[in-house]
Amino acid sequence: MITQHIYFAVLFPLIGFLINGLIGYKIKNEKVIGWIGSGFVGLSFLVSLLSFFEVTGLNVAERKIIVPIFQWISIESFNVSFAYLVDPLSLVLALVVTGVGFLIHVYSIGYMQGDKGFWRFFAYLNLFIFMMMNLVLADNFVLMFLGWEGVGLCSYLLIGFWYDRKFNGSTTADAAKKAFIVNRIGDFGFLLGMFLIYKTFGSLNFNEVFTIAEKVPLPEATATLITLLLFLGATGKSAQIPLYVWLPDAMAGPTPVSALIHAATMVTAGVYMVSRASVLFVQSEITMMVIAAIGAATAIFAASMGLVQNDIKKILAYSTISQLGYMFLAAGVGAFTASIFHLMTHAFFKALLFLGAGSVIHALHEEQNIKNMGGLKNHLPVTYKTFLIASLAIAGIPPLSGFFSKDEILWETFAHGHSFLFVIGLITAFMTAFYVFRLFNLTFENKSRYPSHIHPHESPKIMTIPLIILAILSIIGGFVGMPKVFVGESGNFFYNWLKPVYEPSETYLFNVPLYTHSTEIVLMIISVIVALSGIFLARYVYLENIKPIDWLVTKFGKLYNLLFNKYYVDKVYDLLFVEPIVKGSERILWKFSDVKLVDGFINSVGEFFIEIGGLIRKIQTGVTQFYALIMIFGIILIIFMLLI
Amino acid sequence: MMTIKPYLLSTVIFFPLFGSLILLFINKEKKNLLKYSAIIISLITFLLSLFLFFEYRENQLGFQFITKFDWIKGLNISYHIGIDGISLLLILLTTFITPIALLSSWENITHNLKEYLFFFLVLETGMIGVFASLDLFLFYIFWEAMLIPMYFIIGIWGGENRIYAAVKFFLYTMFGSLLMLVAIIALGVSAMDQLGYFTTDYLLLKKVALNLPHSTQLIMFIAFTVSFAIKVPLFPFHTWLPDAHVEAPTAGSVILAGVLLKMGTYGLLRFSLTLFPQISIELAPTMSIIAIIGIIYGALVAMVQPDMKKLIAYSSVSHLGFVVLGIFAFTLESQQGALIQMINHGLSTGALFLLVGMIYDKRHTRMISEFGGLARVVPIYATILLIVSLSSIGLPGLNGFIGEFLILLGTFKSSVLNSYWYTVFAATGVIFAAVYLLWMYQRVIFGKLENPHNKDLKDLNKREIGLLVPIIVLIVWIGIYPSTFLSKSELSIKEILKEVVSSKIELISK
Repeated sequence: MITQHIYFAVLFPLIGFLINGLIGYKIKNEKVIGWIGSGFVGLSFLVSLLSFFEVTGLNVAERKIIVPIFQWISIESFNVSFAYLVDPLSLVLALVVTGVGFLIHVYSIGYMQGDKGFWRFFAYLNLFIFMMMNLVLADNFVLMFLGWEGVGLCSYLLIGFWYDRKFNGSTTADAAKKAFIVNRIGDFGFLLGMFLIYKTFGSLNFNEVFTIAEKVPLPEATATLITLLLFLGATGKSAQIPLYVWLPDAMAGPTPVSALIHAATMVTAGVYMVSRASVLFVQSEITMMVIAAIGAATAIFAASMGLVQNDIKKILAYSTISQLGYMFLAAGVGAFTASIFHLMTHAFFKALLFLGAGSVIHALHEEQNIKNMGGLKNHLPVTYKTFLIASLAIAGIPPLSGFFSKDEILWETFAHGHSFLFVIGLITAFMTAFYVFRLFNLTFENKSRYPSHIHPHESPKIMTIPLIILAILSIIGGFVGMPKVFVGESGNFFYNWLKPVYEPSETYLFNVPLYTHSTEIVLMIISVIVALSGIFLARYVYLENIKPIDWLVTKFGKLYNLLFNKYYVDKVYDLLFVEPIVKGSERILWKFSDVKLVDGFINSVGEFFIEIGGLIRKIQTGVTQFYALIMIFGIILIIFMLLI
Repeated sequence: MMTIKPYLLSTVIFFPLFGSLILLFINKEKKNLLKYSAIIISLITFLLSLFLFFEYRENQLGFQFITKFDWIKGLNISYHIGIDGISLLLILLTTFITPIALLSSWENITHNLKEYLFFFLVLETGMIGVFASLDLFLFYIFWEAMLIPMYFIIGIWGGENRIYAAVKFFLYTMFGSLLMLVAIIALGVSAMDQLGYFTTDYLLLKKVALNLPHSTQLIMFIAFTVSFAIKVPLFPFHTWLPDAHVEAPTAGSVILAGVLLKMGTYGLLRFSLTLFPQISIELAPTMSIIAIIGIIYGALVAMVQPDMKKLIAYSSVSHLGFVVLGIFAFTLESQQGALIQMINHGLSTGALFLLVGMIYDKRHTRMISEFGGLARVVPIYATILLIVSLSSIGLPGLNGFIGEFLILLGTFKSSVLNSYWYTVFAATGVIFAAVYLLWMYQRVIFGKLENPHNKDLKDLNKREIGLLVPIIVLIVWIGIYPSTFLSKSELSIKEILKEVVSSKIELISK
């Protein structure tokens, strides 16, 4: 059984990392480096795929295989191992990570051509896949945390990959540091959550913890605390309110990195974690409500910022935050399958959007401002077509993949009785369609606005083939999870595949969804209309050459500025947290408390004794007559005392 | 093996001292001969200590490799040595770090080389002796013996302000030592009341101390603990450390951070806890709060340091706060974590000081603002600095994580502390560690190479890489497979916990 050897899927990228990391700088041929990196990820995909087929052949009850490797930390009752868990959920993630990961690796061979850090880039990418595979296949929280922090490290290294470049008025290194530190704030929650789990269950292994949690309900307060702490971790990694601020800056990294790490895989880790520990999350009504609310709020909030940005990657970054919000919305209402489904389809179309953007940036010599683009339709035909497919998919036009997954989220939200959140989701869908087609029109349609000396060319095959494959996936990826209203209970493969994973948690769900076919179809039609109107509005505003947008901008200047400046959240964080901590540490803790107070005291003790010594020294005059005088006084004193 | 086993521990302790005497007979002009001899002596010591490691029986209770014979007969002071798992790991750390520190001074010590090497080897004997003593008087002798060579190493081979730093280091530590000496004598005198004779034997005094009145125990605990706290150093006794580090030569900093500070935490674990278990439990919340203040305070002050060496010095205050917290949380996880964290800190911070020293040798400055963009010119240096920083930050897969995680986990479930808040505050240290180290890394390594002085920096040479690689191997080893080390000390830590807990039960039954 290959599933018993799933660790190969984890090890292959590590081998790639070691080869390129240790001797990559000696390899002169970029193609060799690139194919070593891509090849090992491809092998990893192959192992995952074979395991997937093997597991589909098993009975539903047997689809959970634990592969122990060796014991990691062991202290009496505390035991965690390097051990991998193969089940329907981890397989979906493993396939997405290695599959999309492989395509992006291949694309990077073309994109990174001629970069002097070429070998370093592939080494980091491989290390990332290794860590990500640990994250998704881990069978305990601690190993998951290893992957969790490991992908954070790779993200740090890759955001700061061009470490000497400027970015947005600061540097890429600043962006990298910000990403790592904001993530650490989330990890603080993850850590505390783990401690509470260990204290409650006496274990950190998924199997043991979840088996107990399935049978014995937790006290509400404990469940809420554990899950809120874990969710804090998720908001860091998956860029949700209030910790989303690092992701737009993360665009400082090379575009394939944005596609792989900051769109398709790493940022979805939080969604995966909630899904993995669903049996804990469903036990707290409060946490579920918080997740759904934060998800919906993030979705609309990020989408609103995406409406007015001009940097092609920034728009996609806000879009990613917004789409991750959808996934949390789904998880929060208890529709875990929908959340993972959207995770998968989003990986396809968002990776495609980013890679397409990369192709555009490449063609225009590093130009990222969509106001300086336009008219690329004819010059970049493949990029144009695939980008259109991805845009339609994310906008939610049937029968593309994004339609099915987003629609399922909206439908489940409604069916679980959250009509307010449903409306927010719907408005977000409108905004999504609008900003993505604003981006699309400004980039590909109309006349060119870039300098005339640039003659854009379509990217080489090594970059366009991954685009085409991702486009195909964006089209057909949704068919595995067609709504039951069309295909019946058994026709939704994706739902049935993941069913055994979520079955235990479903017994805990607070509100049982109300499914009626007629409502489902009505809602579906509404969401398609909403998406279409978003697209048409964007067409109207940015194609028909009428400029109502300028009128809007002047009319609602304040709102526009608020959105354009991202609600000033970064500035507020700086003012509230960063500045006080840094200044306080420097002025109060260091220069006052340490130097003046403690050291001042110590030094004055020293000075005190020196002073005393100085005084006493004065007695030692060296004049014999003086000593004799003192002696006589002494003798007189003694006699006097004896007499009395 | 059996025939030398009884003398093996003594050999490990005194071999460096013996070697230092040999150095005295070498002509001081023969610098290479001197250097090679010193390195070989320290390497042989390391090999000898490896025998200890392999011969140590981890399933056996109590101390091993015990040697005991009378020393000062009238006072029943004996040469009594022996090790358990805790001492074993710290001795190994000492013998491992010393050759590396010596090798790091290959080129940068130019004057009085012979004396320098002599002091270094004397220092090693002092350090190993501290970890192996089972007689408090003997312990005190070693404790003080290692103070003198360190004083000279800072005072003679240090930086500009070395005299101030050396005197400060000496006086601070001396102040604590004297408190401890008084307490040791007082304990010996109490033995006279209880046993009928004066003694400073640790195993005997453990029982003597238990029967003392509560207030006496409290005073003695404070005397011992203040002495150790200065060495650790715990807030607010830490201000000697940044000065000592900044002025000490690189190898001195490495030893200071790598081993000397551990003598403080070792003292807490070995003596404060087991001599005065009841007081330790009563004061556990106080000690933990002081430790947590140190964690946060050290990290925040580290963050704003303009000097790399000072930054790392303050980070030590933060890291050792974790260790002390782990000790006073009184769980197996937290104390095991504390022990492994002592080792980790020795490795990571030792390596950080080596790295700062290497760049100082080339540029004669340690100011962060003088650097920037070094990744372009010294890629190997940049890579190793990254790995070591990440280890210090506590990235899972590297050693720092194991220690911090176990300490925090143990603190969380600690019934002695019995509150989540300790862990919550301590865990913020995990965030701050990332802030100060990554910020430093970014300012030194990333960015544009703008300072013209940095344009021709040479990357690490083979000697420099060679002395860092063993540390990195251990950093990864402990991160992936800590059992090699954790298993050695598990029983010993359990014994300490058992002693403390049984005294607690006694306390209740009284």
